[in-house]
Amino acid sequence: MFEKSVAGKRGCDVPLWDGPNGEALGSGYLRDEIPGFPELSEREVVRHFTRLSKLNYANDEGPYPLGSCTMKYNPKVNEKVARLEGFAEAHPLLPPEAAQGCLQVMADLESYLCEITGMDAYTLQPAAGAQGEFTGIKMVRAYHESRGNPRRVVLIPDSAHGTNPASAHLCGYRVEQIASDERGCVHLGFLKERMRDDVAVLMLTNPNTLGVFEPEIGEICRVLHQGGGLVYLDGANLNAFVGVARPGDMGVDVMHTNLHKTFSTPHGGGGPGSGPVGVKETLARFLPVPRVIRHEKGWRLSSDFQESIGKVHSFNGNFGMHARAAAYILANGAQGLREIAESAVLNANYLRKRLEGVYHLPYDSPSLHEVIFSDKHLEKHGVKTLDVAKRLMDYGFHPPTIYFPLIVKGALMIEPTESEGIEDLDAFVDAMLRIAKEAEDDPEVVRSAPHTTPVGRLDEAAAARRPVLRWSPHTEKSRS
Amino acid sequence: MRYIPSSPAERRKLLQVLCLDSVDRLFDTIPEPFRLKRPLDLPPALPEADLVHHLGELSRKNLDPHDSAQFLGAGAYRHFIPAVVDHLISRAEFYSSYTPYQPEFSQGTLQSIFEFQTMICQLTGMDAANASLYDGASALAEGILLAHRAKRRNQVVVAGYVHPEYLKVVRTLVSTLGIELKLAPAGESGACEVDRVASQLTGQSAALVVQMPNFVGRLEEIAPLAEAAHRAGAVCIVVVNEAVSLGMLKAPGSLGADVVLGEAQSFGVPLSFGGPYLGFMAVKMEYVREIPGRLVGQAKDAQGRDGYVLTLATREQHIRREKATSNICTNQGLCMLAATIFMATLGKQGMRELSMQNLSRAEYAKAALKKIPGCRLPYPGPGFNEFVLELPKGATAVHRHLLGKGIVAGLPLEPYFPERKHDLLITVTETNSRGQIDRFVKELREAL
Amino acid sequence: MTESKAAFPGNLRYTKEHEWVKVEGAVGTVGITDYAQSELGDVVFVDLPEKGRALVAGEELGTIESVKAVSEIYAPLSGEVLEINESLRNHPEKVNGDPYGEGWLLRVRITQPSEAEKLLSPEGYRSHVEEGGH
Repeated sequence: MFEKSVAGKRGCDVPLWDGPNGEALGSGYLRDEIPGFPELSEREVVRHFTRLSKLNYANDEGPYPLGSCTMKYNPKVNEKVARLEGFAEAHPLLPPEAAQGCLQVMADLESYLCEITGMDAYTLQPAAGAQGEFTGIKMVRAYHESRGNPRRVVLIPDSAHGTNPASAHLCGYRVEQIASDERGCVHLGFLKERMRDDVAVLMLTNPNTLGVFEPEIGEICRVLHQGGGLVYLDGANLNAFVGVARPGDMGVDVMHTNLHKTFSTPHGGGGPGSGPVGVKETLARFLPVPRVIRHEKGWRLSSDFQESIGKVHSFNGNFGMHARAAAYILANGAQGLREIAESAVLNANYLRKRLEGVYHLPYDSPSLHEVIFSDKHLEKHGVKTLDVAKRLMDYGFHPPTIYFPLIVKGALMIEPTESEGIEDLDAFVDAMLRIAKEAEDDPEVVRSAPHTTPVGRLDEAAAARRPVLRWSPHTEKSRS
Repeated sequence: MRYIPSSPAERRKLLQVLCLDSVDRLFDTIPEPFRLKRPLDLPPALPEADLVHHLGELSRKNLDPHDSAQFLGAGAYRHFIPAVVDHLISRAEFYSSYTPYQPEFSQGTLQSIFEFQTMICQLTGMDAANASLYDGASALAEGILLAHRAKRRNQVVVAGYVHPEYLKVVRTLVSTLGIELKLAPAGESGACEVDRVASQLTGQSAALVVQMPNFVGRLEEIAPLAEAAHRAGAVCIVVVNEAVSLGMLKAPGSLGADVVLGEAQSFGVPLSFGGPYLGFMAVKMEYVREIPGRLVGQAKDAQGRDGYVLTLATREQHIRREKATSNICTNQGLCMLAATIFMATLGKQGMRELSMQNLSRAEYAKAALKKIPGCRLPYPGPGFNEFVLELPKGATAVHRHLLGKGIVAGLPLEPYFPERKHDLLITVTETNSRGQIDRFVKELREAL
Repeated sequence: MTESKAAFPGNLRYTKEHEWVKVEGAVGTVGITDYAQSELGDVVFVDLPEKGRALVAGEELGTIESVKAVSEIYAPLSGEVLEINESLRNHPEKVNGDPYGEGWLLRVRITQPSEAEKLLSPEGYRSHVEEGGH
C-alpha cells in the first residue's frame, strides 16, 4: 500500500464547510505533513484491501475447527441489527432518556445470560474473555477483602488457558497449578489436600480444555466452599452444554461468557470480543459500575454501588457485540440453544470416532464439544502436529488449535461446532486420513507443507531476532 | 434451527455411527442432578423478519440521530465514515476469520495489522505500535503497567485533565499492584503548569501521564513536560483520545514522548454506545519488548517470498502465563481494520484537512457561544475540537431542556467535578453543520 | 532413559537447570548447554544482567527466548558480573550454533569458589539429561 502511494492522490474529500477557517494555532503546535502516510485514490484502497482479503481463509468459506475458539457461523442478520442507525450512532454518554433502546438491549441480554447460565446478575462491561477473567477475580478479591482477608492463592488446573494465570496475577494473587489426573480432570485428592484458608478461588474451565466435563464439579465446589473459597468458571466452553445444564446450578460463584464464542459474534480477525461476567447474589454488590438499573420511567445507568470494584471499560463495554448476541439468543430461543449444544457435541464425537486409532487419543474420557488428538502415531515417520496443521491447508481446511492444551504433547485440538454439516465433517475426516497416509508413504510432502498457500512457512525466528514492525521507504524514497 | 446445517435425519445417522439411541446420551458425563429438567425460560424464537422488526423498534427508542444536533464527545467522537470502510470490513474473509495463528492462511489480516502499526507510528512519531488494545482506558492502564515494569518504580504522576473515565479504569487495574497515582492538577488556564508537575516527579516516579488535547479541550506543552519526566527518570506517556487531532498537531514522539497511547475510535468506528472501539499503543524502540498485545513483523519463507507473522510472542500470556506482560489475548481486529482503511482512504491530505476542519468548526461555535450574555470560556487558550462553556446557571437543567429540542448540548461536567455545576464540555466535529451550530447557539440563548 | 545426542564437554561443570560454567582461576564463564539450546529451539533474544550486578548462586539472572518458549537462566555460582556477551544482542542465534563457544552468555568474578564443587560433572549432567532432564 505504501509503495503504491503517489503524492496528490486522495481517497476521500472532507465535508464542505461554508464557515470561516479557524484561527491558525501557533507553529509550536502544528506539524508538518505526516511522513510516509499513504496517498491513494478510493479505487486503489478498495483494490488493495480486496486483494488482502483474498489472502485470508475465512469461516464463511469452510470449516475452521480451532479448538477452544468456537468458530461457529456468524449470522448475517446480527450484522444488520448492530448497524441500525439508532444503535450505531448512539453516543455512550447520552442521557438515559435518549438511550432507552440501548439500555433495554443490555438489560435484556443480562437477563437472558442469567437464565442461560443460572447466575444472579451480570456485567456486560468486559471487552473480552481475558478482561472478564480479570473482572471476575477482582470481585473475588473484593469479596474476601470484605470479610477481612483477601487470601493469597488462586488455584488453576495445569490444562488451563494461559490467560487464567495472567489474569490472577494482575489481581495480585499467587498462582498454584493443580495437576490433572489420568482422565485429564482436576485431581480431587490433590485439591482436597491443597485446600486451605489461603486459597481465594479455583479457576476452572468446564468442560476443560480436553473437552471433558469435570464429573466431580459438585464435589469440587463443595471443597472450595467448605474452605471459605470460591469457584470461578472460565465459560469459554459453554457451547458444549448451553440449554443442557447451568454452571449456576453446579455451585459456580462467578463466571465469564464469551459472546464471540457461544453467542456467535464474529471473530473479526482477532476481535473485538466481549466477555460478560455473571455472579451469584453474594458477589453482586462488587459488580463493575455503571450498572443498568430499572426505574419508574425506564432504564438508567447507575454508579451508586459503594462496594463495586470500579470500572473496567472506557464506557459500557462492547455494545455492538451485546446487540449481536441478543439477536442470536432471540433467533434461537430455548430449543434452538439446546440444539446447538447437541449438534456441537454430536459433531465432535463423530470426528473422534472416525479419526480415533489413526490419530492418537491421549485421553479417552468421553468428549463433549471438542476432541484432542496428538501426533504420537506419526512420530515414527518424522511428522509432527505442526506438519499436519500445515498440510490441512493444502486440502482447504483451517487447521485445528495446535500444541494446546500444554498437558498433551503435540496436541491437535479440534472443535467443529454445530455449524458443520455431515458433508463438511466427512471431507475434513478424509483430509485428516489422507494426511496420515501421506505421513507413511511420502512424509516429505507433509513436512514441507503448505504448498498451495500465498506464502510457505515463514521464518519466525529471523523475524523475532531482528523485528521489522513497520514499513519504511527503502527504495521509492520520494516521488514528490 | 436455521443456523444448523444438519437435518434431523442426518443427526440420527451420526448418532447411529456413535451407537447411541438418543442425543441425551451425549451428555452422560454431566452429573444427573445438574442436568436441566426444563427448557430455558427465554422469549420464543423469532424468525429473521420479526427479529429485525423487534430490534428496529428498540433502536428507535434512542434519540434519532437524524433529527437531532449532537455536540457530545469526551472520548467518543462522531465523525464521518466513508462508505468503503464498512463495505470492506464486511468482507467475510476479514470479519469471519480469527486471530492469525496460521500465517499462511491469514496474510490479509497480518498485512493489514502491519499497515495499521505503520500508520500509527507515522501519526504519533514513534518506532513501534501494537495491533490495538480494547479501548483508550485499558490502553492507558496497560501503558502504566509498562512503565512500572520498565522502571521498577511504583508511582505515576497524572498531569492535568486526563479523561476521568480512563482514570477510573486505571484505578481498578492498578489498585492491587501497589501502584500509586499522584495527581498534579492543571493550572487556571486548563493546561498543565510544568513547574507544578515537575515538583510531583521524584525518583519513585515510573511515569508521567498527560493527555493531548486534554479532557477540557486544551492543548498541552508536551516538550517541557517530557523533559521533566526524563529528568526524573520516568517514562513520558501521552494520551490521545481524539485521534483526528493527530492530523494537524505535532507528533508527540517528536516532542519527547516515550509512549503514545489512546483511543482510535475516531478513525472509522461508529459510536455504538461505547464499543467496540480500539485502543492503540506506540512506543520508542527501547520499550518494544514491554509492549502488551499482539505485534506483527515482516518475515520471509523458504523461497524468499515476503510475508508477515505474529512476532515477539514470548511476551504473551499463552507462553509466559502469570509472568506475561499482560493478560490480553486478542486485539480489536475488525475495528483496527476499519481504522486502517479509514486512514488509507483519508490519506496524507485528507487527515490534515479533516483535522483543520474540526478546529474551524469548533472555533466558529466557540466564538458564537461566548457572545451569549452570561456565557464564558473558562479556558480560552489553544484547543482542538472541544471546549468548556460556562453558563450563567446550572448546566444540567439547561442540558435537559435543550434535549427536548433535539439538541445534545455536550456533557455537563458536574458528575465528574461536583463544583462545576455551570460547565458544559462542548464538542464540534465535521459532522456538525453550520446550521446545527447556529441553531444550538440560538436555542441556548433562549434557554438562558 | 534415552541416550542423548547432545555434547557434554569434559572441562565444564553443569547445573540441573542446564547452565554450564567454565572456571578459570577466579573467573567463571557461563552459558546454556547444547541440550538446553536444542530443547528451546531457535533462540531469538537473550536478556542478561547489567555489568557489576552481584549474583547469588541459584538466583534468576536473566531469560532466554526462542520463538515459542521462554526460559529463565540461573546463576550457577555466586559472583559479580564482569562482562556480558554483547554480540548476542544482534546475533542470538550463536547460542544455537555454538553454545559452548561464541554463544557464551556472561563472565563472573567468583566469590564462593567452593560452590563449584556442588555442580554436576559432565557425566552427572549427562545422566541427569538422559533421565528426562527436569
